Amino acid sequence: MTAALAHSRSMTIRHLRELWRQPWYVAITLVQPVVWLLLFGALFKRVVEIPGFGGGSYIDFLTPGIVVMTALFTAGWSGMTVIEDINRGVMDRFLVSPVARSSLIAGRLGQLAVTVVIQSLIVVGLGVAVGARFPGGAVGVAVLVASSVLLAWAVGALSIGLALVARQEETLIGAVQFVVLPATFLSAGLMKQELAPGWVQTVAGFNPVNWAIEAGREALGAKVDWTLVTSRVGLLALCAALCGWVSTRAFRAYQRSV
Amino acid sequence: MTTAIEARDLAKTYPPDVRALDGLGFEVEAGTIFGLLGPNGAGKSTTVKILTTLSTPDAGEAEVVGLDVAREPGRVRRAIGVVTQRSGVDPQATGRENLVLQGEIHRLPRRELRRRADQLLERFGLEEAADRLARTYSGGMQRRLDIAIGLVHRPQVLFLDEPTTGLDPEVRAAMWTEISRLAADEGLTVLLTTHYLEEADRLAARLAIVDQGRVVAEGSPEQLKADLRGDAIHVELAAPESNGRVPAALERIDGVREVVLSGLEVRARADSGPARVPAVLAALDAAGVQVAAVSVARPSLDDVYLRHAGRSFQDADDERRAA
Repeated sequence: MTAALAHSRSMTIRHLRELWRQPWYVAITLVQPVVWLLLFGALFKRVVEIPGFGGGSYIDFLTPGIVVMTALFTAGWSGMTVIEDINRGVMDRFLVSPVARSSLIAGRLGQLAVTVVIQSLIVVGLGVAVGARFPGGAVGVAVLVASSVLLAWAVGALSIGLALVARQEETLIGAVQFVVLPATFLSAGLMKQELAPGWVQTVAGFNPVNWAIEAGREALGAKVDWTLVTSRVGLLALCAALCGWVSTRAFRAYQRSV
Repeated sequence: MTTAIEARDLAKTYPPDVRALDGLGFEVEAGTIFGLLGPNGAGKSTTVKILTTLSTPDAGEAEVVGLDVAREPGRVRRAIGVVTQRSGVDPQATGRENLVLQGEIHRLPRRELRRRADQLLERFGLEEAADRLARTYSGGMQRRLDIAIGLVHRPQVLFLDEPTTGLDPEVRAAMWTEISRLAADEGLTVLLTTHYLEEADRLAARLAIVDQGRVVAEGSPEQLKADLRGDAIHVELAAPESNGRVPAALERIDGVREVVLSGLEVRARADSGPARVPAVLAALDAAGVQVAAVSVARPSLDDVYLRHAGRSFQDADDERRAA
């Protein structure tokens, strides 16, 4: 266990150093959400006037959705560095060393957490700059960021697992495209759930992306239902743990195939 | 003698139906350099993957420093250093960061690790480049860093899988000096795989010739060459021949044997080869075969390979590459 912790620390440092050396990576993954936030925010400004939306400001509503969506996108690409490591022989070098397998995942998830925190704060800041107001304050933002990190861990772990099994960038790109956008639209990210068709509401109930958005948005509101927040954060934590376990299993599949 | 590595009857088939290993076995004495020599695809890298716990065999057993690789992979990993065929260097980290990370994996105490990293960087001539990203390194520098990474925890056994493939001739020669120094200075056991005959000849105290997943011959390079008894006669024909009259004509000559025709090349073995050349030329002339060139040489590992694998090393290598 102590070895796993020490190795996770070393691997996190390795990946953070990579991030530090190419900070434009954070900038690139921000382009899309910023466009969404500004364009959608402007385009659908009057969507709040639809009966049943309940009024308020659309940018207040949209910002937490975009934060979670950004985390989802970034996490989806986590497996890319695994494929790079495999192609360069770095993965095999680690696997013939006494490194804890879990640390090869934990190091990436550690870096992912740092990336997601930075991105989330930037998107929230941008939202505020274009007029969003969050009565939930710093605590609300902390809940939103924490839920985004948990969601990112779950998705990141699956992406790493898939990379180990598929070992091809094309497969990973395909999977991310296939999952990320539908998962965003099948949530309350852009539109109030009450206004979505019944089947979308049903699916969203099982969608971790939606759990993160619900927890974050609720915590940013004026009157917070903490039972809802705790239950959603708890589900996300469970989901992240499960996905983490699944991806450690993927190492076996990888080693069977070499 | 102490046995550092032992492989018994290793078999491995990759799906759908590629038989990589077919009952391969050998033993390596501690403190020596042992070579696995064979063309591309002979099964050398698969053997290394199994011995280093990366892969598992379908059948057979292997022990490294007395530990069963299947049952105690964790302890084996602590005892070995591995330099894989593809470099294992992280190009986005500096040379020093690469070394330190590997030392942290082996849980070396911080201060000792710092000292060890400095020592290895100096020894492999990488001090100046130590704090540069490894992706700026030349091929030779990357290879030296690979070896340094493999040595950081002072392993008992070092695996070098094709350590000089893709390097320039001068860099290769420098690597050879470095590798022979390793075994001599540190009492390391080194398992080296190579498809360069010259490399095996230069470095290995003993070697196993591997072909199609099996060891076809084993011994010291000298022994293997001596076992061939006699010199190699090499005839180059002016035009291709296929109807069997060349081997028939040559095998009638006293003291000439093992005649193999491949394309324009005829190889044969003969006691006191130089004395047989006139007879060989006369026989070919009588058979109406035109000769472009003829040479006689002391046996080389290439001849050893030809004898045991039934085809020339170059042919086997090309076959694989074409496949």
